Amino acid sequence: MSAQKLSIAQAVRDAMRDEMRLDPTVLVLGEDVGVDGGVFRATEGLIEEFGAERVIDTPLAESGIIGLSVGLAATGFRPVAEMQFMGFVYPAINQIFSHAARMRNRTRGRLSTPMVIRMPYGGGIHPPEHHSESYEALFLHTPGLKVLVPSNPYDAKGLLISAIRSGDTVAFMEPKRIYRAFREEVPDGAYTVPMGKAAIAREGSDCSLLAWGAMTRVCLDAAEALSAEGVSAEVVDLRSLNPLDRETIFESVSKTGRAVIVHEAPRTAGFGAELAADISEHLLLELLAPVRRVCGWDTVFPLSKLEKHYLPNRGRILSAVRSTMEF
Amino acid sequence: MPKSIVYEARTERLEILDLEGKVDLELMPEVDQELALKLYRHMIRMRAYDSKALRLQRQGRMGTWPPSLGQEAVQAAVGMAMDEKDWLIPSFREPGTMIAHGVPAHLIYAHWAGDERGACYPENIRCFPPAVPVGSQWQHGAGVGLSLKLRKERAAAVVFGGDGSTSEGDFHEGLNAAGVFKANTVFVIQNNQWAISVPLSHQTAAETLAQKAHAYGVPGIQVDGNDVFAMTLVAREALERARSGGGPTLIEAVTYRLGDHTTADDASRYRDEAEVSYWEKRDPIRRLRLYLESEGLWDEAQEEDFVAEVNRWVDEQVEAFESMAPADPASIFDDMYSELPSRLVEQRELLLEEVSR
Ligand SMILES: Cc1ncc(C[n+]2csc(CCOP(=O)(O)OP(=O)(O)O)c2C)c(N)n1
Ligand SMILES: [Mg+2]
Repeated sequence: MSAQKLSIAQAVRDAMRDEMRLDPTVLVLGEDVGVDGGVFRATEGLIEEFGAERVIDTPLAESGIIGLSVGLAATGFRPVAEMQFMGFVYPAINQIFSHAARMRNRTRGRLSTPMVIRMPYGGGIHPPEHHSESYEALFLHTPGLKVLVPSNPYDAKGLLISAIRSGDTVAFMEPKRIYRAFREEVPDGAYTVPMGKAAIAREGSDCSLLAWGAMTRVCLDAAEALSAEGVSAEVVDLRSLNPLDRETIFESVSKTGRAVIVHEAPRTAGFGAELAADISEHLLLELLAPVRRVCGWDTVFPLSKLEKHYLPNRGRILSAVRSTMEF
Repeated sequence: MPKSIVYEARTERLEILDLEGKVDLELMPEVDQELALKLYRHMIRMRAYDSKALRLQRQGRMGTWPPSLGQEAVQAAVGMAMDEKDWLIPSFREPGTMIAHGVPAHLIYAHWAGDERGACYPENIRCFPPAVPVGSQWQHGAGVGLSLKLRKERAAAVVFGGDGSTSEGDFHEGLNAAGVFKANTVFVIQNNQWAISVPLSHQTAAETLAQKAHAYGVPGIQVDGNDVFAMTLVAREALERARSGGGPTLIEAVTYRLGDHTTADDASRYRDEAEVSYWEKRDPIRRLRLYLESEGLWDEAQEEDFVAEVNRWVDEQVEAFESMAPADPASIFDDMYSELPSRLVEQRELLLEEVSR
């Protein structure tokens, strides 16, 4: 199979395009996804190829976009809805939590809502207010939703295609900070990366770094720095938060005996808390140190001048790993 | 039983100042010469202030900026018609109203340059911070209007939003509630025809936005938003109605976004040059200038002097925000709660320790 070097944004676009070619029920809808090709260009070229009936510039209403998608999905379409930024999904929360996440269960399988909610998430791009949010925990706390967060172009395409083919509503979080930061080989044509499978992004034996999305790369960078100190860190890119690959996580942590979880969302009730509890419940006697978390503060995400003081960075990861090693 | 008509409605549009700067004397509000000049000066000032922000952004001294080019008349007219006691609830494209209402101009720069202190206005200024979540502010307009009514203050709440924002549920909820409570609210839509790349025809199948008011039992009117006199008249009437307990009004100000959506956008991707030049001919500043000149109130020499003064003023605003002391990293925490929970006290200390290393 031939391949091209693509950024994450381009890989996301290709996933939709390839799947739309294969499946006429796949629709793309959202604000500025048509003529403009999306504010991040993640839907570029789609309206030209598939027309305005399948690539729909909606009125400016997130609740409307998801409400429409519920109606479309329950009656045979596979909508891929874009929220322009994750911080703007809130008007749609009622539709997502009260309907998309529950339709299958409420009707005992009679109706379902196979749809994808694409959301550029996370900090690091110095934007105005509300453009840096990273609220995977909201979606993980809501039974009935799948949550995927790719960290590289190959996974972005393969996971998005899995999401589109999935029978459920999938929150698909795209790390906008690295949308265009680098390019990697991405195969042409449709392929899938399975949901519920973590990836070992770097092998190591002393400490497991558990991360997803943009933080995976910060962890890889930290792991490199740690190796100079003689600490061998393993980076586990969870990429599928629900379904979660607990087997790979447990295997890695039993091997290293140490775990540091890194996410940019606020610490309190973040997904790191769930992982830490799960690991402690299952691996207590194999742990050589308490599970540690490196997270965003429990504050509003600051405007750009103070943004660097909010986001987890290499320094914070290094000190967490060191204290874990010295425990 | 025959069918009967239970409801009928019409929507008016107001224009006073034509493209050549001539006014309809019958409709002309009582704008004294001093106010006409004040409006003009403010619009010139705002245009310079806005284009400076774009230049700063290109130099990396400003964050994302939403330009107001072409929308100066709406912002100036409403701002000048407001009293100190009125509350302003902006969206994100009304620096012209905010500044007319007393918000220090350098703070607006600071805010968009990424500094939270830029939304900390002086105590006596009745203005909310900009609302970036599109449409959310409409409801606050209804709430502040209700508050003023309950407190029996002779004052109005003025809330702004764009054409795109009328598609959000919040717009309808806000307008509906204000109608039910007869809140002291003036709703101003800056219909600049575009919501980023999406034209108004994709937002609504209705002919006007003003007519949406009918469905909520609220008076609505469309105005030529590039006509500062029509805007002034309509704003005054709506403010007076709100202040005197007559309830809310919806104003649809038809204008045009001559610039990009923000500095992160490139409007040439989705709209025609021809449309832009059509609207350039309707430039609100040009129209007012023609009027002032024909009345003998303004000439080239005055313009030159004033532009020089404005440029100095803009430079002062830049100087004022760029010379603010760097924000304290711990300020991320300090205003999260009325008293800081212990968890945050701990996190704050960790950050300070990190910063001091
Ligand atoms: C809830 C929400 N959704 C999406 C956005 C992204 N966004 C910012 S401005 C904008 C368009 C707004 O259009 P309009 O209301 O017409 O105001 P204008 O920008 O033209 O002044 C969009 C989609 C946002 N800020 N908030
Ligand atoms: Mg608009």
